[in-house]
Amino acid sequence: MTQRKPLSRFAADTALMTYVALLMAFLYVPIWVLIAFSFSSSRSLTWPIPGFTLDWYRKLFANTDLQAAVVNSFYVATFATILALIVGVAAAMALHRLNFPGKTLFRRLILLPITLPGIVTGISMLNMFRLFGFNPSLETVILGHATALLGVVVTQVFARLQRLPRSLEEASSDLGAPPWKTFLLVTLPNIRSAVIGAGLLSFVLSFDEIPVTFFLTGRDNTLPMYIYSTMRRGVTPEINAVGTLIVLASLVLIILSVLLSRDRSPR
Amino acid sequence: MAAIIELQGISKHYSRTIIGVDNVSLSVEDGEFVTLLGPSGCGKSTLLRMIGGFEAPTHGKIRLAGQDVTHVPPYRRDVNMVFQDYALFPHMTVGENIAYGLKMLGKGRDEARRMAAEALEMVGLADKIDQRPMQLSGGQRQRVALARAIVRRPKVLLLDEPLSALDARLRDQMRIEMKHLHEKVGITFIMVTHDQEEALTMSDRVVVMEKGRVAQDGRPQDLYDHPASPYVANFIGTTNFLAARRSGAGVATAAGPLQVEEAVDMPDGAEVTVGFRPEKTRILAPGETAANALPARIAEVIYYGLGLRITVELADGAQVHVDTLLPDTLARSDVPRPGTPVTIAVEPHNIFVFPGKVVV
Repeated sequence: MTQRKPLSRFAADTALMTYVALLMAFLYVPIWVLIAFSFSSSRSLTWPIPGFTLDWYRKLFANTDLQAAVVNSFYVATFATILALIVGVAAAMALHRLNFPGKTLFRRLILLPITLPGIVTGISMLNMFRLFGFNPSLETVILGHATALLGVVVTQVFARLQRLPRSLEEASSDLGAPPWKTFLLVTLPNIRSAVIGAGLLSFVLSFDEIPVTFFLTGRDNTLPMYIYSTMRRGVTPEINAVGTLIVLASLVLIILSVLLSRDRSPR
Repeated sequence: MAAIIELQGISKHYSRTIIGVDNVSLSVEDGEFVTLLGPSGCGKSTLLRMIGGFEAPTHGKIRLAGQDVTHVPPYRRDVNMVFQDYALFPHMTVGENIAYGLKMLGKGRDEARRMAAEALEMVGLADKIDQRPMQLSGGQRQRVALARAIVRRPKVLLLDEPLSALDARLRDQMRIEMKHLHEKVGITFIMVTHDQEEALTMSDRVVVMEKGRVAQDGRPQDLYDHPASPYVANFIGTTNFLAARRSGAGVATAAGPLQVEEAVDMPDGAEVTVGFRPEKTRILAPGETAANALPARIAEVIYYGLGLRITVELADGAQVHVDTLLPDTLARSDVPRPGTPVTIAVEPHNIFVFPGKVVV
């Protein structure tokens, strides 16, 4: 008995480690393959790669269409995030602070865009914009994204507000701060990490969004739309290079989000 | 002295049937230390929060230094509160926490910091000014919360169960410190607590609350010596209750007649309840005689360091507690044993008489 126990534990540990290794491989091998192929000297995707080259990156930086798409994506993601944050934080505060008839309905309605397929949001907003006489453009995309992202912001910020003791805001008011000062000096600093987290998540979601963008954009393309359209001609190493750069940028964003959203005081 | 706080017929109705505070009128003198005492749900915290401006009464008026502040928001009321969870801002240092309320008064950065340092000095935490609340112990946070509220020199300081989060030893120490602080700063203190000992030791005046109403309002000693109702007698200290009937100059209990001094305007035969404190009840020495002697039998003896609590059973089976201090000469053999027949006695002036039959 005493001898068998360590053995069975060893077996269990090995099995678990193997499982974790396989899982990690499943998640990350495709990304490594993408990165490797972006440096491949061959146009066809063969393994092992015949040689190392930076040609695809060079081509990338000469491709004005692609550059325009990247700029468009940053423009859309930035403003959609800002819009979603402004409206979302306000909505979360309203949900947290006020009691009004139809509050539950209001909450459900705000969260609905998360669960709605992007296609539905896209088509319905396209119809609405047509009705009001707006031409599809990057700005309509921003509105569409912000609508879809609202739920993300509200859920995260509302969850944090609920964990924030009511007494903090009361204490601020008690010490003479009018409501707007209380919000700026006490509430906002304490929900800061949730706001930043929601902002970064919104940015990333908007950055690679296709369905809503597909319906709402005019002549301008965002990066995922551009990639999608070139892909119809097959996966080119150029696309791999773009993908590698996006992975790099995501990594930077993730590190940034960890650094920024760390609460200064451990709770 | 003038009344600094005046509550006139304050009520808080949450709905037609749920009533938090029911028609409370109360006047607090400038510089007084008043405690609202009662079990949870008696409305004491709601009353305090209405004085602070965090909740609005559904009826009645609140006056602060003569001004009607019933609908003035907290940030425009010259009243500060020490919250039960202290509510220190976690993203600020101790110094910034205390300076917060000063900046709202328009004090400059340097002046606010200087005053914050002085306030911290007063609560003995001068060296913690640059630490964060999370780095402090519970007792230290409590002091910071006190300093933060007092530094604004409000007309009234509200304290919501300020000691409930501290351990017993620290609580005893803080009780005394807060009383000293009150004497030093001369600000009116209104405290809420469910702890009768806290109320008795710290305050000039105790307002006992029951189901949203004031059950009794008076000096700690008066409440203890002359409780207005069985509720108060039971809530403050321990009381033995016996059912009785009015009879002649005194009352008749099932265990025997008792002389009382408290005048009761009730006809002979009316149902009353008598109450007396365990520490005012004596076990007579063999052969000793006294007024109001009742035969009894010892049921249980509990040793609690300072003395003994002896539970005796009267002739009718009713149980009565008797508290005695232990004389230092007491030999082990002198400790009464259960089953021993004894005689207990209570002085007539130590008996409370309440009208009606009371189930406590």
